[in-house]
Amino acid sequence: MNEAEVATNYWPLLGIVLVVIGFALRFNPLMVVVGAALATGLLAGFDLGAVIEALGKAFNDNRYISVTWIILPVIGLLERYGLQQRARGLIEGVRGATMGKLLTIYLGFRQITAALGMKDIGGHPQAVRPLVAPMAEAAAEKSHGELSDENREKVLAMSAATDNVGLFFGEDIFFAIASILLIQGVFESYGYPLTPLELSVWAIPTAICAFIIHGWRINALDRRLAKVRVQPGREDAA
Amino acid sequence: MITYEWLYWLAGAFFAIWALLSLRDGRLGNAAFWGLLAGSFFLGTHLSDFANGVLVLALVAIAGFGGLKRSEPATTTLEERGALSLKLGNRLFVPALIVPVTAVAGTLLYNYTPLSETGLFEARRETLILFGVGVVIALIAAMLWLRPPALAPAEEGRRLLDSIGWAAILPQMLAALGAVFALAGVGEIIGGAAQSAIPEGSVFLTVVVFALGMALFTIIMGNAFAAFPVMAAAIGIPLLVETYDGNPAVIGAVGMLAGFCGTLLTPMAANFNIVPAALLELKDQNGVIRQQIGTAIPLWMCNVVIIYVGAFLLWS
Repeated sequence: MNEAEVATNYWPLLGIVLVVIGFALRFNPLMVVVGAALATGLLAGFDLGAVIEALGKAFNDNRYISVTWIILPVIGLLERYGLQQRARGLIEGVRGATMGKLLTIYLGFRQITAALGMKDIGGHPQAVRPLVAPMAEAAAEKSHGELSDENREKVLAMSAATDNVGLFFGEDIFFAIASILLIQGVFESYGYPLTPLELSVWAIPTAICAFIIHGWRINALDRRLAKVRVQPGREDAA
Repeated sequence: MITYEWLYWLAGAFFAIWALLSLRDGRLGNAAFWGLLAGSFFLGTHLSDFANGVLVLALVAIAGFGGLKRSEPATTTLEERGALSLKLGNRLFVPALIVPVTAVAGTLLYNYTPLSETGLFEARRETLILFGVGVVIALIAAMLWLRPPALAPAEEGRRLLDSIGWAAILPQMLAALGAVFALAGVGEIIGGAAQSAIPEGSVFLTVVVFALGMALFTIIMGNAFAAFPVMAAAIGIPLLVETYDGNPAVIGAVGMLAGFCGTLLTPMAANFNIVPAALLELKDQNGVIRQQIGTAIPLWMCNVVIIYVGAFLLWS
C-alpha cells in the first residue's frame, strides 16, 4: 500500500465511527460490522466489487474461528443429563461459608471451568440469579445481620461482578475460544503466525492477578459489612 | 497430511445437520443461516472471493432482518436433570474434560516427540485439529456411556446454537473487518497519529498507550473483539512487534485482556453489565459496573506490567 497516499486520507476512519454509532444505536452488530467494512473500503478508494471480494476472502480465511461451535453437542448432551445441576451441587457444597469465602470459591471455580472450555457452566441467568447471589446474600446476613438496602445491592452486584471477572479472566486460557483465534487471525494477516496454545498460556499471569485482586476486593466488602453493622439487628447475629 | 480443510468438513457437517433440523422444525431463517454457513465450510475454499463476499452479505441480511429464532428441541425436564445429576455425579465432567485434555496433551505429545517429523498435521494447526478430534472422541464416549436417543446431541447442540444465534459468527466477522481495515490502511492512519503522540523510543509508554487504547476502544464499542483489530493494526504490530521487537504472543494475548478490563467498565457490554443488574432487580442500573471498577483498574495496570515484562524484558 502506498504510505504517502493513505497518510493524507483520513476518511477510512469513518468506518470506526460507524461501528461506534451502530453499536450505540443497538443495530444488529453483524450489519454494523459489514456496513463499516463496506464504508471503510469504499472511502479508501476501492470499488464496491473489490470491497466485497476483500470481505469474502477475509471471512473465508477466518472460518476456523467459528469451528469452535462443534463443541456444543457435547456440552448440550451433558446438560441434558444434569451437568449444570452437578456444577450447582459443587457450589452448594460450600454452603455455610462466609460471603467472602463463598464468592472467592465461586471466582476460582468459574475461572477454572472457563479455562477448561466449560464457560457456559456459570452465567447470570443460569447461575448468578438463581444460586450465587441468593447464597451470597444469605451468607452475608448470617455473619452481619440484616443488610441495609444499599449493602444488599452491593452484595448482589458483587456476585454478578464475580461471575464476569471469573469468566473474562479464565476463558482465554482455553485455546479454542473465539478471542484467542481472533488474535491468531489478526496476527496471521500481518504475517505473524502464532499458535493458539502460545497465546493462551499468556492468559495465565493475568488470571492469577485477577483472582488475587478480585478475591481481595470480595473479602474487603465482607469486612466493610462487618464494620457498618450498627443497626439493632437480631441478637443471634451479634 | 491433516489440514484445516478436514476440520471445515467436520464443522460443515455439524452446521448442515443443524440446518436440516431447523428446516424440519419450520424455522426457515435458521435453516438458511446455518445452511449458508455449512456451505461456507464445505465450499469456501473453492468459491471465488466475490462469491464468498455475497455469501457474507446473505448471512448478514438474514440476521439483520430478524430471520433467526430461538428453538426449543425436546429435552429433559429440570426435575429429570436434577435426578440424573445425583445419579451420575462428578463423572458428568469427564466427557467435557476429554476435549481440552486431548487437544493440550496431543499438542505437547506431537511437538515434543519425533511424531512432529511425520508431518501428520498442517504446521501450527495441530491444536485446533486435535480439538476437533477431542470433540469427536468426547461425543462417542458420551453416547456410549449415556445412550441417549440418536439425534439428542444434534438437537441439544441446536438448542445452544440457536440461543447464541447470529452472535456465533460475530468474532469471525470482526476478524474479517480487521482485514478490511488493514487493506484500507486504518491501522497506519491511527498508528501515525499515535506515533506522533508517543515519545519515540519509549517502549513502556508505547505499551501504556496500546493497553489504554484497547480499554478505551472496548469501552466505546462494548466489545474487546471489535477493538482488537484496530489497536493491533495501529500500535500492537507496527510499533510493539516491528519497531521494538516485542514478543507477538504476549502483545496479542495480554492486549486482548487489557480490553476485557474495559468490558468490565462499560454499559455498552449490556449482556455482562446491564442484564444482570436487571435480573437481580438492582435499583442502580450501573450497580454491577460500580463493583467492577476497583478490580478493572488495578488489573489493567497488571496487564501493562505483564506486557512490558513478558514481551520485552524476558523476551530480549
